[in-house]
Amino acid sequence: MSASPLHLAVALNDAGWHPAAWREPDARPGELFTAGYWADLVQEAERGLLDFVTFEDSLALQSHDPLLPDERTDEVRGRLDAVLTAARVAPLTRSIGLVPTLVATHTEPFHLSKAIATLDYVSGGRAGLRVQIAAQRHVAAHFGRRDLPQVGLTDLAGPRPPQIVEDLFDEAADYVEAVRRLWDSWEDDAEIRDAATGRFVDRDKLHYIDFEGRHFSVRGPAITPRPPQGQPPVAALAHAAVPYRLVGRAADIGFVTPQDPGQAAAITDGIRREQEAAGRAADTVHVFGEVLVFLDRTEAEARARRDRLDALLGEPYTSDALVFTGTPAGLADLLLELREGGLTGFRLRPADAVHDLRAITTGLVPELQDRGVFRRSYEAGTLRGLLGLPRPANRYAPAGA
Amino acid sequence: MTSDRKQIHLAAHFPGVNNTTVWSDPAAGSHIEFESFTHFARTAERAKFDFLFLAEGLRLREQGGKIYDLDVMGRPDTFTVLSALAAVTTRIGLTGTINSTFNEPYEVARQFASLDHLSGGRAAWNVVTSWDAFTGENFRRGGFLAQGDRYDRAEQFLRTAQELFDSWRGDEIAADKESGRFLTDPAAGAFRHKDRHFDIAGRFNVPRSPQGRPVIFQAGDSDEGRTFAAATADAIFSRHATLEAGQAFYRDVKGRLARFGRTPEELLILPAATFVLGDTDEEAQERAHEVRRAQVSGQTAIKLLEQVWNRDLSAYDPDGPLPEIDPDTGEQHVSQGRASVRMVRDPLATAREWRALAEAEKLSIRDLVIRTSARQTFIGSARTVARTIEEFVQAEASDGFILAPHITPGGLDEFADTVVPLLQERGVFRHDYEGTTLRDHLGLRTPEPAGAPVRSGAEEAAS
Repeated sequence: MSASPLHLAVALNDAGWHPAAWREPDARPGELFTAGYWADLVQEAERGLLDFVTFEDSLALQSHDPLLPDERTDEVRGRLDAVLTAARVAPLTRSIGLVPTLVATHTEPFHLSKAIATLDYVSGGRAGLRVQIAAQRHVAAHFGRRDLPQVGLTDLAGPRPPQIVEDLFDEAADYVEAVRRLWDSWEDDAEIRDAATGRFVDRDKLHYIDFEGRHFSVRGPAITPRPPQGQPPVAALAHAAVPYRLVGRAADIGFVTPQDPGQAAAITDGIRREQEAAGRAADTVHVFGEVLVFLDRTEAEARARRDRLDALLGEPYTSDALVFTGTPAGLADLLLELREGGLTGFRLRPADAVHDLRAITTGLVPELQDRGVFRRSYEAGTLRGLLGLPRPANRYAPAGA
Repeated sequence: MTSDRKQIHLAAHFPGVNNTTVWSDPAAGSHIEFESFTHFARTAERAKFDFLFLAEGLRLREQGGKIYDLDVMGRPDTFTVLSALAAVTTRIGLTGTINSTFNEPYEVARQFASLDHLSGGRAAWNVVTSWDAFTGENFRRGGFLAQGDRYDRAEQFLRTAQELFDSWRGDEIAADKESGRFLTDPAAGAFRHKDRHFDIAGRFNVPRSPQGRPVIFQAGDSDEGRTFAAATADAIFSRHATLEAGQAFYRDVKGRLARFGRTPEELLILPAATFVLGDTDEEAQERAHEVRRAQVSGQTAIKLLEQVWNRDLSAYDPDGPLPEIDPDTGEQHVSQGRASVRMVRDPLATAREWRALAEAEKLSIRDLVIRTSARQTFIGSARTVARTIEEFVQAEASDGFILAPHITPGGLDEFADTVVPLLQERGVFRHDYEGTTLRDHLGLRTPEPAGAPVRSGAEEAAS
């Protein structure tokens, strides 16, 4: 294999990313709320030796409009909690990373920190988290604790976002910081079970985190000991400067949406600058390109399938991510070309969760293996290991300990 | 074997973070590794128990201003570990204790509804409250709730969560590929709720789960708590594990059900219980004594005494006499994060009683603590324990028990292997699961959604 293999992840979302995917012949829309459906998908991804899967989530029903609720009845509505879904499939898989989405805006860092730590325990070191904000007013109304102004898409992804968007991303960065401190709040060897002194723990190895932020403060320590990976990897999807800063400050993986290698290079530069500004220049921060895929043996088949799905939808499907329609070889060409912009991997969004995931594992993966840029077996037992991230020292442990 | 006799319900409480759990035993394993949870859950399922039970605590306990280091500590996130356990078991119920103070209904409801889907209808929620600013320091709102408001919030929290569960009736998902209709109702999941604690509206995003709603447990023992349970709970996790106290509690709570149009079968009373087994009753008694000595070391005895005295007693010898100084009756400052310290309502009277007892029986501090803190509920041979459990249930002291072994993770094995077959032989415990959901095991109906759907909920919510 070449010096820098590609990393590959798949984004699991309902029946797939195309809103009409649930109507495909192989779709299982009646099983979206069962464990079996999710276990089958993740096991398929694991057969393809992918680094990890992500699980989409939200604290509201899905909507065709990213910022407002709708009352459509022709698309998938309803979803299970992503952390619980990841935990449910963890004992049924062995090697693949499990990265649920969590919403920082309305939830408790204390709860989510222990949830991800626990996912790390039940998966034997394969947990990660993808952090997301919720700027929508209707999501805030589900909690009734704060009133948010209405924002538009250009506010979220535009060059000059309103203050509220900056605030929500700053809060997300605080959230990740609190979560990370809680993971470190137990040193690895805090549990001593010392019969001679009667002590179960060495309390000098438990630490208050005393996080104080604008939106919350957290005292600590965690109630869950440090997870097997020490620090499960943190990911965030980023479309603009403000979220690039979140990635640079707080994440191990950024998911970005360039349309070509030039944009990929510009985005990667932006993230590297934020990383340096945050004093993290020495850390590995992966930048994964997002590509939504319709994959078939021939380009014509893929195009026909996309047309069929668009016809069911009643309009051409558009995405924030680059959309690829074609063959595994064509996709491999595209990924290797985009990689020239400094990307270290990709998160692929299967248009149809069943069909396109299988096309990734049985078509794209062998193609990349043949080109010497993808693993032929899992080389590590933890998600950090798969991503080439060493197990980090504990920030609270004395140096050299 | 079938029987007309009342059937027993049994549950397994994963050993908790207190001195009941003996970590110093060579057989004691991890309290965190998933293998321990898997072993424990599979043992309970092999024994056809109704459910597994997890407690919760949201801050490490402190005593004398320091993290308490003598007991087992550290636990996983309840929802996450229960969901993972759903993958390694097929029938056993999965009960999680989740606090109504430091959570929000939308999130908790979707977690329980998700767990119910992912486990095929095996989720249960033990609704508890807390209020203390000590725990609040780990959460966004801090110690925001006055102690007197915690039950009110719990009640409204539960009511709100039930409305969210009921916001899907169960017939909204058509998923009809042919017609392209996924939902039958454009307003599926719509809700609106307003009271003094919660003012929320919108649409719930988890479709109705296999059990309709998770099974609801409560643990409150006050008059208010008992009425709340009689009105809303499916089961009570009680602490009255002696025959007489159990019978009185049982009569009292079951007697409150009619007021809410409910029958006695609709609320199960399941006290917590501990046990020590032996080949003979004598051997079990000896083992019980050893277990008590392991649970209450000299250091632990001093610490437990400090919780009552509300003073630093570290200078006292656990093998010596009780302190002559009286308890500090001011605000509790020695022990933090422990519900049990509030149970001693009159420390001066307790101190007087204990001094008299210690004097009369020549007890050291450690002896006294062992003597006065709860001993095991059931001690004896498997035959004795099976008979006693059946007696309790037939005498209407309970509908069964939530058993907390003192060793993780193997503390239930002997019970499963020796007591359960005897209960089965006696015709009072199932030989196999008859249904798939926890409601099936507990003999509870699957609830119909209450109330009319909210039509306007998907519109603008705030203002």
